Amino acid sequence: MNSTGYTNGKLAGSVDWMDQRLGLARIGRKIMDKIFPDHWSFMLGEIALYSFIVLVITGVFLTLYYVPSSQQIIYHGSYLPLRGRRVSEAYASTVNLSLNVRGGLLMRQMHHWAADVFTAAIVIHLCRIFFTGAFRRPRELNWIVGIILLILAISNGFTGYSLPDDLISGTGLRIMFSIILSIPVIGTYLGFFIFGGNFPGKLIIPRLYIIHVFIIPIIIAGLLGMHLGLLIYHKHTQFSGKGRREQNVVGSPLWPTFVAKTTGLFLMTFAFIAALGAFIQINPIWQFGPYQPYKISYAVQPDWYMGWLDGAMRIMPSWEWTGFGHTWPLEVFIPAVALPGLTFTLLFAWPFLEAHFGKDKAEHHLLDRPRDKPLRTAIGAGALSFYVVLFGASATDVLANFFQTSLNLVLWSFRITVVIVPIAIAFLTYKICKELTETPYSGQRKRAVVMVRSPQGGYNAYRADPHPDTKAGQVAEPVPIEPESTQA
Amino acid sequence: MDTKENGENINAVSKAGNLSAGNNSHNLANHTCEGCGRSDLAEQERRRLRALEVVAQLSVIGALLCFIGVGVTYWVGGQNQFLGGFLAAGLALLGIGVIVIGKYFMPQGPFVEQRHEISSTVQQKQLFEEALVERGGSAFKRRKFLGVLMGASATMFGITFAFPWIRSLGPLPGKTLFQTWWRPGSRVVTVHGRPVKVDDLEVGGILTVFPEGHAGSSMSQTILIRAASLPITTRKGRETWSPHGYLGFSKICTHAGCPVGLYEEQSQQLLCPCHQSIFDVLDGAVPVFGPAPRPLPQLPLGVDEEGYLRARSDFLEPVGPGFWERTTA
Ligand code: FES
Repeated sequence: MNSTGYTNGKLAGSVDWMDQRLGLARIGRKIMDKIFPDHWSFMLGEIALYSFIVLVITGVFLTLYYVPSSQQIIYHGSYLPLRGRRVSEAYASTVNLSLNVRGGLLMRQMHHWAADVFTAAIVIHLCRIFFTGAFRRPRELNWIVGIILLILAISNGFTGYSLPDDLISGTGLRIMFSIILSIPVIGTYLGFFIFGGNFPGKLIIPRLYIIHVFIIPIIIAGLLGMHLGLLIYHKHTQFSGKGRREQNVVGSPLWPTFVAKTTGLFLMTFAFIAALGAFIQINPIWQFGPYQPYKISYAVQPDWYMGWLDGAMRIMPSWEWTGFGHTWPLEVFIPAVALPGLTFTLLFAWPFLEAHFGKDKAEHHLLDRPRDKPLRTAIGAGALSFYVVLFGASATDVLANFFQTSLNLVLWSFRITVVIVPIAIAFLTYKICKELTETPYSGQRKRAVVMVRSPQGGYNAYRADPHPDTKAGQVAEPVPIEPESTQA
Repeated sequence: MDTKENGENINAVSKAGNLSAGNNSHNLANHTCEGCGRSDLAEQERRRLRALEVVAQLSVIGALLCFIGVGVTYWVGGQNQFLGGFLAAGLALLGIGVIVIGKYFMPQGPFVEQRHEISSTVQQKQLFEEALVERGGSAFKRRKFLGVLMGASATMFGITFAFPWIRSLGPLPGKTLFQTWWRPGSRVVTVHGRPVKVDDLEVGGILTVFPEGHAGSSMSQTILIRAASLPITTRKGRETWSPHGYLGFSKICTHAGCPVGLYEEQSQQLLCPCHQSIFDVLDGAVPVFGPAPRPLPQLPLGVDEEGYLRARSDFLEPVGPGFWERTTA
């Protein structure tokens, strides 16, 4: 040990310099001792975080080549079928970075896949939080931050999808313009202000660009910091189990165990996205062709996280409201404005609704098993199935083709299932939860039945010891912690 | 729960020496293996760890090779599947190495940490209130008028500074959505600007057309269908609109504005691929299926002496999807 207090010479140099300025040793030790519960479902949020990192890494690369301009030019690049066509600079630069920039296609495909993985991980993470009741006091605020992050992720997915100005994304923008127009009173103004005039206009691409690469990512980064900060401040939730109580957290320490595991997860997420980008083609815009307002592609498919809105627009009846000299296109407004509005409002409100109607405003750090809260689980499962059916409805034409049946039949099946399925699923879920909670020993590991033959030839059966994981009351070991308190 | 002020209330017992692996190795076999000696178990454990170490080493070596593969692939041209494949394999192998280390060679605990109280004590709350209200508010309490003035000017700043943020964003809609570039007498041209003559389309043929001088215009796009060789009346009052069986409809779907691009010649229906609205061409393009609420507006067509198709007027109603200012016809 030398004068700095460190035994290790290297620490005495660099770390002590930092310590004198930041009190690094004190803070550092506390951080390293933070406990992370070991449960697979806790990795979902991490996957979202890591896909965001991949998004930033690949996205910065794309900005070096992409030109956010709707200026029409004649394409002279290397892709022969497009030679001589009038395309926007945005489109030409995206084709160019995909086909002519070395490694560009991989970066672009990884970026697109990462966005899909990002939103998917967020949604599954949200389900985990919901079904285990992790949103209860004191974590309501973090739940709200999480929902905002979901909205931002979807928004940025949409804006990014629109940037290449290809035939499919341009159609998506056209639909978005009509959706804005469907808002009563202010819709037309809103649409003109956002697009800088009537659709398509020349301003929307540069505007989407700055929103996509700067405004939303910066808000996401800030909120992510808040999300994680609150998580550290509140400490993790955990499932109940051996030695796990409301007043403690049981798991592995941040350093080194969690850091190693989560680094592994980061690498795996990165690898997964890289594999998708390498082997599964996504959004080959050079095949779609440039956006022309009077052209349409046969296969208009949005990214998966927009599918529920597309499906809702398809199965909505054509109820345009007219009166008092005004038009309110409810056939667009209800599925594309009211439905997402209601969805996210309910998501924001859920923790408070549940606390209010469930009369439970207490602090909770132990997670629920979904079956133990049959009503919540039933509502959640029913709602989830509603969105899954809507998602399915975004493929009415594909399904009609596939099953060689009429569009009408497919449409009406969806109109009916979208009502029936959620109710049925909710009911079934409720029943199953009840059943499970009433079955003794359910959810516990089975104990082996051991048969023993005695020397006399008789047989004897008895149940083996319970698995160590299920032993009740086994207390986890306290984390090794600060020396001065050890002496106390 | 202890409530030391700085929140350093995590339990404290040193366990530094006890960082062995193998907490996950409990299983039924260990319990039933009565005959096995202790040293055998330790030996097994040692061998298992050794094997895991080899796995980690191999995968990290594999990762190294893959990353070299990334470099080589890039150098020889950056073929997408190889580049991404090597990258993915390298990252995954490195990930396996790191996870093996984290799972088997690092302290697994389980460790425990105590939570801290989140809510403040009554005294803390009082101190907070005192600072916020007494210390901060007293300056304003006696100067209500100044406070009001400040509030007013800050509000004015907020409002006027918002002007450019909102009003400058785009032009007012005005009549933009009510009209297109079609004028009485506009010649019908293709997207390349070539005027369309009356014998250009076979019966059953379709063509996307625009008013002359505005080829490619989004609002004015019109779908020209030759449904027959004789004039067709689709609706009352449109007797003269379809010379030689030519029908012109706005190509903008009345649902959400996609171009209504698919024509089914047999059923004489137009299909919008976005949400599958179907319009009946021979019946004034009324929607017969799907979410579209209104017929596609029909363009009154005529033929001049030279045989060129011309519009008799603009569409008689706003084209495209509904919007608030659209008056009920
Ligand atoms: S835009 Fe044509 S059906 Fe929706």
